[in-house]
Amino acid sequence: MSQPSTATPSLPLLQTLPGDEIRQILWGFQDRFELQMLVQSARSVARGPVARLVAQGGRASHDWNKDKDALLKAFDESGVTAAFLDPAHGGLFEGPKHLALGLIAFELASVDGGAATASQAGNLGLAPIHEVGTPQQVERYMSLASPPKPGEARRPLRAAFALTEPLPFVGVETGLLCGKVRVAEWKEGGEPLLEIDKRGRFITNMDYAGIVTAAVDTDDRRVKSSCMVILEEGDPGLFDRGAATRKLVHQLSSTRDPNFRLKIPASRIVGGYTVKDGVIVPNYSHAEVIEAVFKRTRVTVGLMTSAKLLSAVEPVIRYQRQRFRGGATVQPGTPRHDLGIQMKEDALHRLVDVWAMGEAGASLGFATARLYDELDPLEKEKNRELARRGVQGARARMKEMAGVEARAAELVRAGKSAAPGGDPLLRFAALDSVANVVCPATKLWNTGQGANAMREAVSLMGGYGITEDCPGFLGHKWMDAQLEATYEGPEAVQRRQLSLTMAQPLFLEQFRQWIRDLKSLAARRPETGACGLGTAMQLWLWTLGHLQDSTDADGTRLFGPNRQGVTFPLADALCWLLASRQQILDLADLEARGAANPALAETLPSTLAFLTDLAQVQAARACGEAGRLCAELVLGYQRHPVWDAEACQACFSQAELDGLEPYAPGLDSVAYGYSDVLDRDGKPPSKRGPCPSTAGLPAFLRLRSRLDACLTGCRLAKDRAARALARVMIPEALDYPQ
Amino acid sequence: MPVFHVVVCGGLVPDPLQTLEPVQGPAGWGLKNESMLPAILDPWAASALFEADSLARANPGSRVWLVSAAPKAKLQQVLMALAQKAAFELVAVDAQAGGFSDAAECASALAAAVNSIAGLDRSRLLLFGGWESASRGAGATLAILGEMLGISEQFQGVDQASPKPDGSLEILERVEGGRHQVSLLSAPPALLGWATGSLPEPPNNPQVGMLNMRSAMPALQKAAPSRLTGGGLALSSVELPSQRRDTRVVKDMPEDQVAREIVEWIAEK
Repeated sequence: MSQPSTATPSLPLLQTLPGDEIRQILWGFQDRFELQMLVQSARSVARGPVARLVAQGGRASHDWNKDKDALLKAFDESGVTAAFLDPAHGGLFEGPKHLALGLIAFELASVDGGAATASQAGNLGLAPIHEVGTPQQVERYMSLASPPKPGEARRPLRAAFALTEPLPFVGVETGLLCGKVRVAEWKEGGEPLLEIDKRGRFITNMDYAGIVTAAVDTDDRRVKSSCMVILEEGDPGLFDRGAATRKLVHQLSSTRDPNFRLKIPASRIVGGYTVKDGVIVPNYSHAEVIEAVFKRTRVTVGLMTSAKLLSAVEPVIRYQRQRFRGGATVQPGTPRHDLGIQMKEDALHRLVDVWAMGEAGASLGFATARLYDELDPLEKEKNRELARRGVQGARARMKEMAGVEARAAELVRAGKSAAPGGDPLLRFAALDSVANVVCPATKLWNTGQGANAMREAVSLMGGYGITEDCPGFLGHKWMDAQLEATYEGPEAVQRRQLSLTMAQPLFLEQFRQWIRDLKSLAARRPETGACGLGTAMQLWLWTLGHLQDSTDADGTRLFGPNRQGVTFPLADALCWLLASRQQILDLADLEARGAANPALAETLPSTLAFLTDLAQVQAARACGEAGRLCAELVLGYQRHPVWDAEACQACFSQAELDGLEPYAPGLDSVAYGYSDVLDRDGKPPSKRGPCPSTAGLPAFLRLRSRLDACLTGCRLAKDRAARALARVMIPEALDYPQ
Repeated sequence: MPVFHVVVCGGLVPDPLQTLEPVQGPAGWGLKNESMLPAILDPWAASALFEADSLARANPGSRVWLVSAAPKAKLQQVLMALAQKAAFELVAVDAQAGGFSDAAECASALAAAVNSIAGLDRSRLLLFGGWESASRGAGATLAILGEMLGISEQFQGVDQASPKPDGSLEILERVEGGRHQVSLLSAPPALLGWATGSLPEPPNNPQVGMLNMRSAMPALQKAAPSRLTGGGLALSSVELPSQRRDTRVVKDMPEDQVAREIVEWIAEK
């Protein structure tokens, strides 16, 4: 009988930490030098002024001060502020900016999350105007937001985004607003004057914002709906910046609880309005605006947490190696001196886990950012096409797009391109259905699971990890990650969105295609873990279908908006799979494109081998998490059988077996293996009840069993990655202060 | 107002935070994993570039070229940061130049590159570079290059070059004891091997970067390959300079006390 080869070829060990050339390919900006320069710019700010401020204790105060304010100037000078803007408004380059903003946030958060937030919060404040603002609003506010040109003596206009309010209003539920808009004055033929009453909570940039985009609900029958409005410092009334929020983290960003009672012209309604029958009808409700804004800005938040994980690798390796140096009995050249804690397998394995999580999160986040860069122009094209077809109004657009989505799903199901001939509507529908899943997945998984992994990274530093002196500020980063998991929509909000979007037929058709693609990739690159991951995705898909058609032990439907105990864990499982999948895809891309870069000739083989091992480690973890969650959901809602008469009737009894043993030798032992056996007194075994039957779930069991088998080799990959960590060359010191 | 044509020559060196370990390979001596390590423009040459940029901005009509012999893919990465700090036109020579290259051979490749610059006015030429190199510190390449280009006015260890309205330059060269020798150069051409100069590293300016890269990317693509064979140079041994670190983490110590301790420590040595 022939056996497949199980020998692992000897692979080169990682020699240096992955550099910029590797990252540029992995994260898809190797051909965009403007982004490469932006990365260097953001890095110089992060590792210069930001790191110095953190090292000097700048995080010790809630209050905004001149040292923190100096960071804004550094952002302006380095291009970080202008990166959000188009060249017509003082920006650096044309086109969508999601990847650019993600890269900036990643670099800054590699040192300090608060600084990253400070750099992005102005963009969030301007985003409502950017996404749906009238041409006049865009022209005015975007131009003022650009940093001054040489010779200009002005400060750029900075913006804040005011949605959240003091409890019990906007927080988890963005539909409830205590902020109100009323008509203050409306002269015949003139523009209405609005009265705004809004209290904010946890509003970033509030120490210095010159404008605030605020969400308010209607409190006047002459205003049709909620909307967002632009408030300017200097508007008549109260523009109270409020008290500093006493947050425990992100202290390099300004956060206050402001209070506004202002009168503004109706032209400040974001996106404009129309007047119908004497009623002001905002063109966009506040919910429509924040949906357009958040589905984009959440991606950068997810990337911030992944940056923390990857930034932890170098300080942890250095700490581990130097742990015993200086001890009287630790002589140079000995393993204890050179490797320190890295002599121990556990320390290495845990760091491999942290690194693998960071890679997966970064891959998912940057891929999502690239997806939005592709989606933005398509969305404009889609809108033009719908207008050309005469489709007007939100409901008509939705109906039209439902047909497009169904057509796209059919095409994918038939194994064809979702957008033959580049049809913009079909292409938009296909990408949008994916974006609606991967965006909340990035925000949810990167931050939530990232915070857990960051705790592990801190623990790898021992007691040092939880001090202010910890190299790489790991303790700060761990706590910062918790805020990132919360703001711009806490985890429950992301899970709720996922539970809707992940079940959309067009997404699921593409998901099926992804499984086929992964299996095909696994045939070429089996060591990536792609095959196992494909199986886990099959299991997830099967579980979704099963749950959609099943009820629990009480006969209640399992899959539905009110069964968050079902939908949310299924969403969690999906996130693990999506992150791992993207990590593998990026790896394949690196392999394909890396060879063309002569600068990588020496480093590529060893780096690829290492990143492949990380991908397999992460895929195994994703398979484990998805398998566990799917099993809980499929089996956990069935009631465990008990020892009733019927159950006992179905069991062998020992007396029966004794009687049959002469006729069927060995039956006794076989019976114990396959079922429960009553003892000679007719009593059932001492346990909860008969083992539950899984007879109705052969497909599930087959997939579960196959999934377990797919883990074969994953620990060998972890061992190889661990060996590489003990050998990899790292810089002599961290390149920023501590 | 005088107009200068400043040509800055500079190579790449590994980022100084990296561990530099000499190793001998089939192609001779090199640094362990050198091609994989992040690189920067040699800091001495970087000082020269920042001084050149400052000089050109103060004297409208002046131009700055950066001539660099380095692996071009590596140079491209370095430019992503460097191009944002100063305005220049790139002249790239695709070569495996490094700390163990033969200085004369490298100077010859650079001379060919300088001679190929279109529009370069020799009567306005200031040839800038580092008076030393962070790669090996021989500091010979620039001087040889000057000789090859026929530039006899050479200044080394320059910390300042102040142009006069008549086009002459007052040049300060480092001498012993923290002093400077003051020279007056009546007119270019001249070679200035810079020490640290007096300018801080400029902050990144993305607008300058975008402008530079428009010309730098084509320059990189058409960089002429130059094979440096070693020119018969043989290094009998290579070792890192010995170093000793006495590290103590001290917080909240008055500056005077810190200074006193340093003086005492130096006196002990």
